[in-house]
Amino acid sequence: MRSLIISLQSEFYKSRKTLAFWASILLPLVICGLIAFGFFSNADKIIKMHYPPQVLWMTFSGSALGVMGMLILPFYVIFMAFSVNNIEHKNDTWKSLFAQPLNKLSIYTAKYLYAVILIFICLFLFALLTFLSGHLLQALNSGFSFKGFSPVEILSKTYFKMFLSSLGILSLQFIISLVWSDFLKPMGIGFVGVIAGIIAATKGWEHAYLIPYSQPTLALSMTKSKNMDQIFTQEIYTSLIYALLFFIAGYFIVSRKSIK
Amino acid sequence: MKDLIIETRGLNYYFGNQKVVDDLSLKVEKGSIYGFLGPNGAGKTTSIKILLNLLKSPADTVFLFGKEINSNRIASLKRLGSLVEQPAIYAHLSGEENLYNRCILLGINRTKAKEMLRLVGLEDAAGKKAGKYSLGMKQRLGIALALLSDPELLLLDEPTNGLDPNGIIEIRNLMIELATKHQKTILVSSHLLSEIERIATHVGIINKGKLLFQGTINELHDLSKPMIELEINDMARGQDFLEKNGYQILGIKDKKITLPFVSTAECGKLNTLLIQHGLTVYSIYQIRKDLEHLFLDITKNN
Repeated sequence: MRSLIISLQSEFYKSRKTLAFWASILLPLVICGLIAFGFFSNADKIIKMHYPPQVLWMTFSGSALGVMGMLILPFYVIFMAFSVNNIEHKNDTWKSLFAQPLNKLSIYTAKYLYAVILIFICLFLFALLTFLSGHLLQALNSGFSFKGFSPVEILSKTYFKMFLSSLGILSLQFIISLVWSDFLKPMGIGFVGVIAGIIAATKGWEHAYLIPYSQPTLALSMTKSKNMDQIFTQEIYTSLIYALLFFIAGYFIVSRKSIK
Repeated sequence: MKDLIIETRGLNYYFGNQKVVDDLSLKVEKGSIYGFLGPNGAGKTTSIKILLNLLKSPADTVFLFGKEINSNRIASLKRLGSLVEQPAIYAHLSGEENLYNRCILLGINRTKAKEMLRLVGLEDAAGKKAGKYSLGMKQRLGIALALLSDPELLLLDEPTNGLDPNGIIEIRNLMIELATKHQKTILVSSHLLSEIERIATHVGIINKGKLLFQGTINELHDLSKPMIELEINDMARGQDFLEKNGYQILGIKDKKITLPFVSTAECGKLNTLLIQHGLTVYSIYQIRKDLEHLFLDITKNN
């Protein structure tokens, strides 16, 4: 346990000046900022529509969720899986990392957990910033009806679901980035995977939930329908099972990995 | 016999079908500076990686501090520091941050990092990004990282690579100091015999994965048989004269006569003799077989 914690500390220390770390903060900041700005500058038009408070929140959060679920989240996850491993590939530091008196499982788990934590932070910030910017808009323009509904439950459920649905992709991409040191393979495979995943999910293929890359899109489209309250849907279970299986597979790869 | 800090027993290692380490039996005594000598591609780095358990060794072939490495990986790694190939440094962090990061991993106080920076002379460049360091500075930082945990055993793979003459001397002195004053055991690899000769107490010579020689530096010197090379104006007369006076001529090549070296006094005596006999001596000097020839010699004997 101690070696897991210090490995995690070191992961944070190493990456705190890299884009990978800041992306998880900047991405929600920029996207939520842009959407809020859009709503602010089009306030008159939106107010004229006389949305009920709940629908207004849905429209507002939906603008971030739409792009997030389909494209940004999968690519962000792919990029995280890549950069956590790439920091060692690029600097040729695997050998010194594994020559430390630390358990190999902790080193590997810390890397994986670190990527999970960054994704969690990113999605948490999305939810938080959506909530805050809604209220900011309300404060700036009293014509909005944001104050009439509390979106906390629905926002937290939706983003938590997205978080869970992204773990399958993360684990798969984590292995790919662990094994190959170059940029093109994980990114190329990820890109093809995401496109195929979106097609499979939006065309309503009945087994689409088996493709990790489809899971965020599926999780999101389910939220849009009636299943809003249910967190553990089919694709979430599948995502978690994938995450676990690939995580274990990754450990076997690491423990046998000979550092040449 | 003294305690063995490193011992390998008939170690074999393959990359696919290629045997890169062949029946290697290293014996490194406590407090020694063990020069691990061999040409590029001889299996030095591979052997060091095996000692670090980066490459898995077969069971009961590698022992560090008297314990089998695979079953005592963490305990063994705690007691050693290493520098393998190019130093492993995070280019986006400063030298100081690289050391701090290692402090986190080793659970040691950050003040130790400052101490190491001072030791390797990187104090002024502590805040500079390590990616912008020169090769020599990177090498020093690598050495600082290896020394950070104050380990009993140091595994250094070509540590003077890329250093200028001053840097080489500093690192050399540092290694000698660590071994003599702090009783550390050092295994240092190199492809330069001259480099190893200056610091090592023990030498192991490896070629194509096989250990061809292992022993003290004096035992190696006995093998490398120093010689005298002699340049004179009249080769034929000189040869004739030397043979008549009972000198053993090892070879004549490029207008140079090679004789066995006995002592510097003997060298002077020979010079005087030649001059008294009316020959002009252009040059007379002692030579040692270079590594290549030593290899040939050692392989012949094996």
